Amino acid sequence: MKKNAESAWPDEVHALLKAAGIRQVAIVPDAGHARLIKLCEKDKAMRVVRLTTEEEGVALLAGAWLGGEKGVLLMQSSGVGNCINMLTLPIASQFPLLMLVTMRGDFGEFNPAQIPMGNATQAVLEALGVIVKRADTAEEVPEVVSGAMRLAFNTYRPVAVLVGQRLLGAKDFRKLTESVPQ
Amino acid sequence: MSKSLHRREVVKELLAKRGDSLVIGGLGAPAWDITDAGDHDLNFPLWGAMGGAAMIGLGVALAQPKKKVLVLTGDGEMLMGLGALATIAVQQPRNLCIVVLDNERYGETGMQRTHTGHGVDLAGMAKAAGFARTLKVNTQADVSRLKQRIYSGEGALFAQVKVDAERLPLVLPPREGSLLKNRFRIALLGPEAAQQ
Repeated sequence: MKKNAESAWPDEVHALLKAAGIRQVAIVPDAGHARLIKLCEKDKAMRVVRLTTEEEGVALLAGAWLGGEKGVLLMQSSGVGNCINMLTLPIASQFPLLMLVTMRGDFGEFNPAQIPMGNATQAVLEALGVIVKRADTAEEVPEVVSGAMRLAFNTYRPVAVLVGQRLLGAKDFRKLTESVPQ
Repeated sequence: MSKSLHRREVVKELLAKRGDSLVIGGLGAPAWDITDAGDHDLNFPLWGAMGGAAMIGLGVALAQPKKKVLVLTGDGEMLMGLGALATIAVQQPRNLCIVVLDNERYGETGMQRTHTGHGVDLAGMAKAAGFARTLKVNTQADVSRLKQRIYSGEGALFAQVKVDAERLPLVLPPREGSLLKNRFRIALLGPEAAQQ
C-alpha cells in the first residue's frame, strides 16, 4: 500500500495509535488529517468524536483518562487557539494529552487570516507549558508522533505534534477557484 | 419564586443513593454542592476548565459505558460550552446525565445575570440538539422524577433545574487536580491505575 512516504504517514500514525491502545479520537476535521480520520473511523476499536470546537476535545480526553481510556485530539493550528484555557485542565492536573496539529499559516500560506494563529501556535502552546514537537517531512512524522505519545502518556502531560505545512502542502485557492464549474 | 428549589438539597437528594455513579462537578457552586453532599473519591470537582464539564462527562461515559455518569453543573458553565450539547447528542451516550443547576446567575463573580435569566431555554436547546431525554425541573415532585430518570432510565439525559439564587457558605473539595484525578481513577479502576 505504501506508494511513497507522503501517502504513508497517516497509515503509520494510525497503526501507532492503535498499538498504543488509543480509543477516543476527538476531531475537528482538517484536510491534512483527512486520511487519518478516515482510518480511525473505519477502526472498530476507536471511537471518533466530532467536536464543534477543539476545546471540547481537551475536556473529552481528560474525561477519557479519568474513565481509563486513552485518546488523541486531531486539529488544525487555528484550533489550538480555541483550546487555550481548557488546556489548563490537563496542565494543572497532569493529565496525559496527545494532540496532532496540522499547520496552516506556516509555509507557503495563501490566506492572510491563517497567519497570526499559525505563526503563534508553537509559542502559545509553549507559553502554557505544553511540550511541542515538530515534523516537517513525511518520513519523520511517525517517529515524532511515537515519541510525543510516549512523553504524553508516560509522563502525564499535554504534548503537541505540529505537522508542518511544508509537508502537507499549502491549499491553492486560485486552483480551487478555477475548478469551480461555471 | 417563593417555592423554588434549594441547590444543596437538590444535589443531596440526587446523590443520596448514587452507588458507583461517577460524578463531575462544574466550576463554582456545583463543585461546592457535590462536596457538601459528601466528598467522594468518585467525584471530580472542577476548579477551572469553565465550559468543559459536560464534555468531561462524555469522555468518562464513553470510557465507562456500564457506569452512570452524572454531570452537575451551573447555567453559566453550561452556557460557555453550548456546542457540547450538539457533540454529546451526536454520540448518544446511554449512560450520561447532565443536570444544570440554574440559578440564572454567575454566582462566583457577584451574582450577575446569565442568559437563562433572560429566557434562554437550555433544556429546549438540548432537546433540539437531539438529547434522548430532556427535563425541566421546577418543583420538589420534579426533583423526585429527575432522580428516578437518572438512575432507572436510559439515553442521554439533560435536565435544567431552576434553583434559588442563594449565597451559600463554600464547601471546598481538595484543590489539587492531580489528587482529584488519581483518587478518582484508583477508586474506579483499582490500584493498578496508578501504575499506568
